[in-house]
Amino acid sequence: MSDHALSSAPGSARARIPSVPGVAVALVGLSVLFAVASPGFLTAGNLSNILVQSVILLLLALPMTLIIMTEGLDLSMGAVLTLASLVLALIVVATQSLMLGLAGALCVGLAFGLTNGWLVASLGIPPFVATLGTLGAAQGLALIVSDGQSVVGIPRFVRLVYSGEVAGIPNPILIGAGFYALFHVLLYHTRFGTYICALGGNREALTLAGVKWKRLLISVYMLGGAMAGVAALLMTARMNAGHPTAAIGMEFDAIAAVALGGTSFEKGNGWIFGTLMGVLTVGVLRNGLNLMAVPSSVQVACIGVLVIFALFLDGMRSKKS
Amino acid sequence: MSLAGDISAGTPRIHLSKDMQQLIYRLLAAGLLCVALSVATDAFFTTNNILNVLRQASLLFFLASGLTLVILTGGLDLSVGANIGLSACLAATVIKATGSPALGTLTGLATGCAIGVCNGLMVAKLRIPSFIATYGMLWVLHGLTYYYMAGETIHGFPPGFRQIGSGYFLGIPIPVYLMIGFLIAGTVFAQRTVWGQQIYAIGANPVAARLTGIPVDRRLILVYAFSGAMAGVASIVFLARLNSAEGDIGEAMTLPAIAAVLIGGASLFGGVGSVFGTFVGALILTLVLNGMNLLAVNSSWQPLVTGVIVIFAVWLDMIGRKRS
Repeated sequence: MSDHALSSAPGSARARIPSVPGVAVALVGLSVLFAVASPGFLTAGNLSNILVQSVILLLLALPMTLIIMTEGLDLSMGAVLTLASLVLALIVVATQSLMLGLAGALCVGLAFGLTNGWLVASLGIPPFVATLGTLGAAQGLALIVSDGQSVVGIPRFVRLVYSGEVAGIPNPILIGAGFYALFHVLLYHTRFGTYICALGGNREALTLAGVKWKRLLISVYMLGGAMAGVAALLMTARMNAGHPTAAIGMEFDAIAAVALGGTSFEKGNGWIFGTLMGVLTVGVLRNGLNLMAVPSSVQVACIGVLVIFALFLDGMRSKKS
Repeated sequence: MSLAGDISAGTPRIHLSKDMQQLIYRLLAAGLLCVALSVATDAFFTTNNILNVLRQASLLFFLASGLTLVILTGGLDLSVGANIGLSACLAATVIKATGSPALGTLTGLATGCAIGVCNGLMVAKLRIPSFIATYGMLWVLHGLTYYYMAGETIHGFPPGFRQIGSGYFLGIPIPVYLMIGFLIAGTVFAQRTVWGQQIYAIGANPVAARLTGIPVDRRLILVYAFSGAMAGVASIVFLARLNSAEGDIGEAMTLPAIAAVLIGGASLFGGVGSVFGTFVGALILTLVLNGMNLLAVNSSWQPLVTGVIVIFAVWLDMIGRKRS
């Protein structure tokens, strides 16, 4: 009986997809706009560039989708990514071992994820404040471990993680595609995913069903931390350095992508393909504005306005239903 | 209206007795910190350092007092730090262009207030959760400020204007007088006026507040406008103190301001807290950071310590709520 209920739940999660995916309209509209406005936009080189550059953001936005579906938020992701990247860089430079460095970055991510999850699930602290506190902690630690300096001298084999390719496809795209598939399966085809829908939509039901939802919620935040660790590897390889302010504010792009993608902050409705389109929308917006020589400060302001607009639409939708 | 009046007459008595107890604990904590720091370093208990602590606390208090009202309604304003940035830079431009500090001050206050009204409209009318609406606003403001300043610095203001931030009257820094003024005004507003009590009522139970006929939307907009205007005040004092404006001015102030409010005993769930509590909170946080400075702790530790304090303060509040 319960098995039947569980297996039907992924279907109902899909049924909650917003009827008009506004993000698709935004993505296509922006692409057409930039294709007309700047001749360099619609070239194979530039399009593949957008995909490659969006991967780090995708790695953060995927777990952020799950976290937001639990009516949570993780403001510390950018700072944790920065700290993990510094730790990875320091370890790799010292030991010349990519595996040790990645393990260090994952440990940093998991430790912060565990802390976030514990604060939110066990202590019941509102997620936006708990993760704002850990943001401060991670930012401080990043300054402390790096002494405010960049970590340079990253070996070539680390850079290859980002710049290499397999069968003509750049590594970052393969990594991004792999994790996208993983999260899709995780959310729609496993019990874990069903529980995540319930964490945001109906926590009461989980308790009644005997699920230990606190442990579940902690694991969602840990997944976010771990993904920040993975993203730290790509970030370090891309920048060829560890920098104490490298990814500050990146969580905003991730939250923006998730919000644009139609995941709701209030009812546990999430859509992983929407997040992918949200990530691409942010990527296209940044790339197109870059080509038009719009400064990155204005890009941030544009994304801010887009997010507020997306949330407004989300509010309208939930009012109607 | 009379119904709202009845309720507001009843609430302060309940709040005050509980609040008083909490406040005494916090004052004791501040006192203990002072004693500990006096013992630990010779540099602490000097007139110069005490005045320095008060002046730093005043900057934090301006920001935190407006934020207190927002948190009283159960909301949060994450844009206050970024608000300082844009308000300060626009005020600096006007002072430079017109040579009139009064016009510049007015610009700073108006900018802060306008940003606050935008926040209030998003929260009250568009029904966007406050933390995410003001978080979006934070990045919009950052972007605008950086674009506007384009990496430039504006510096060198008239000496009369700089007095606001670095001047003294009867041996006490002028920002401290401002702080005392806003402390009294804020406390009277929150505890002794109908509007102030309605703000408590909204935070304690928004549905009941609406049903008793309190114009919830208008009060919410008012509260966010206050928070923005106080960020404007902070930007002017900051500007006068630093004698220069940069794009990242005030960026690191949001977390300490939230920390001050929460240390002061306000609850993130609304309805509990006071402007005086926030004053004590700002004092405690400044004492901690000042003590770290005097003990030669690297300033990189400050965001970490502030973050931990925020979490600890919320946790204490949660424990208190569970008991009652």
